[in-house]
Amino acid sequence: MKKQLLALAIATLATAGAFAQANDTIAKVKASGVVNMGVRDSSGALSYTLGDGKYAGFHYEVCQRIIANLEKAVGKKVEVKFTPVTSQNRIPLVQNGTVDIECGSTTNNATRQKDVAFALTTYVEEVRIAVKANSGITSISQLKGKNVATTTGTTSVQLLRKHERANGVDFKEVFGKDHSESFLLLESGRADAFVMDGQILAGNIATAKVPADFRIVGEVLSVEPIAIMIRKDDPAFKKLADDTIRDMIKSGDMAKTYDKWFVQPIPPKNTRVGLPLSDATKAAWATPNDKPVEDYMKK
Amino acid sequence: MAWDWQVFCKNTTDDSISPNCWAGGADVTYLEWMIHAWGWTLSVAACAWVIAVVVGSLVGTVRTLPNSPWLVRLANAWVELFRNIPILVQLFIWYFVLPKMFPAMQAIPGFLLVVFALGFFTSARIAEQVRAGVQALPKGQRYAGMAVGFTTAQTYRYVILPMAFRIILPPLTSESMNLLKNSSVAFAVSIAELTMFAMQAQEETSRGIEVYLAVTALYALSAFAVNRVFAFIEKKVQIPGFIVAGGTGGH
Repeated sequence: MKKQLLALAIATLATAGAFAQANDTIAKVKASGVVNMGVRDSSGALSYTLGDGKYAGFHYEVCQRIIANLEKAVGKKVEVKFTPVTSQNRIPLVQNGTVDIECGSTTNNATRQKDVAFALTTYVEEVRIAVKANSGITSISQLKGKNVATTTGTTSVQLLRKHERANGVDFKEVFGKDHSESFLLLESGRADAFVMDGQILAGNIATAKVPADFRIVGEVLSVEPIAIMIRKDDPAFKKLADDTIRDMIKSGDMAKTYDKWFVQPIPPKNTRVGLPLSDATKAAWATPNDKPVEDYMKK
Repeated sequence: MAWDWQVFCKNTTDDSISPNCWAGGADVTYLEWMIHAWGWTLSVAACAWVIAVVVGSLVGTVRTLPNSPWLVRLANAWVELFRNIPILVQLFIWYFVLPKMFPAMQAIPGFLLVVFALGFFTSARIAEQVRAGVQALPKGQRYAGMAVGFTTAQTYRYVILPMAFRIILPPLTSESMNLLKNSSVAFAVSIAELTMFAMQAQEETSRGIEVYLAVTALYALSAFAVNRVFAFIEKKVQIPGFIVAGGTGGH
């Protein structure tokens, strides 16, 4: 009996391994006429839901361009299916073929590059500090011994920890379970600062009751290349995505799209994120690349 | 898929692999972090359990008092208040709403708030069980106490409660195991317990499946340990002839 169970367990594991996909997205889409787009419910202006199964955002729009070119490549109209993903499930879903192209806010790093591939970097995130405007805090060095909020399940937690170790400072970290709760920690005075991706801070401040009460201050704590995620070892589809992005940068469409989502008022509430194009993003567009975050740290 | 259990030996600051999976000093590995997180889970659950059992027994007993209608109503209100609001909502009220109304509460650490929130939530459920246990006893028991001249307090102390608690040990076991699992809501108020560890470590290491499997095993192990402890107590305190283990029950 025990041996049978063992054999069954091994067989299950083996079949799980055998589900490896043929990594040719263009052929797959051509055969099925369907492309699965991974989207996020609330990744700032990069990718978010308008409710009712509709999605929008900067990366959402770039992906629509890629899919338009994909339609040309397969020579027919394809149906786009949306799969909302989370930071916990996005990589497995791309790996197992549920999602063909993930248009969210995924940081391109070396660990992930072992499992998936990334299109050219379209956006470079800068980790910043948001504080109350009247707090007088202007730099991370002033946060010693203060309550610093960040969100569970983000790279900012690790960043703060590394900063503490490297500089021998001590923050009292408080963790929100999502970004809006971390912002609530700052708003309610439980935290003196909120350390997070710049566009998330800007977005939260824009929708706060009194946006003028908050300010983004201090040095850039870390830069992270954010990119559209696709399956690994699929050179044809990666080339298609990369070429689309390159063309958008060259024609100036990328800058226009950026302006549309990060500077102009955006649906559904017509608020502004108010985050003009950063130097880091400009640099990434000037020399299009898919370098992981590790390469940015070396500088 | 390929397993990578070595992820637990990684240092949490520089990702280097530590020998013996134990960094020592100021650095920690993911394994050490997980053990700490387990400690927080057990601490939250244990402290909340004490509050839940003390308050729950008190409120449950009061609900069965024969001649104090107002006390009974008050205890009923307690149970309905804490039983009818989801635990996560209660936790948010303790953490965000009450400190807004009473600024002095800002100073109370999150750990205490979550212990009280979980403790009171569970106390309502234990109170129900205690009431059920007391009411399951035949009326004769109470009359017997009165007949030998016991006061109400003495009747409860020497006659009713010792029996009632033996009756409710099985549901109390389940409730204690539930409390341990419910302690996972503590991550919402910044307690570095197992669920928070799972969410954070899987993001940092990209080895979500290994991390979640390990955390699942620790939760299962802890809950099963609670179960065994209660099984032991149940066996030790059973009275032959009264509620026979595995029997048909009865008196």
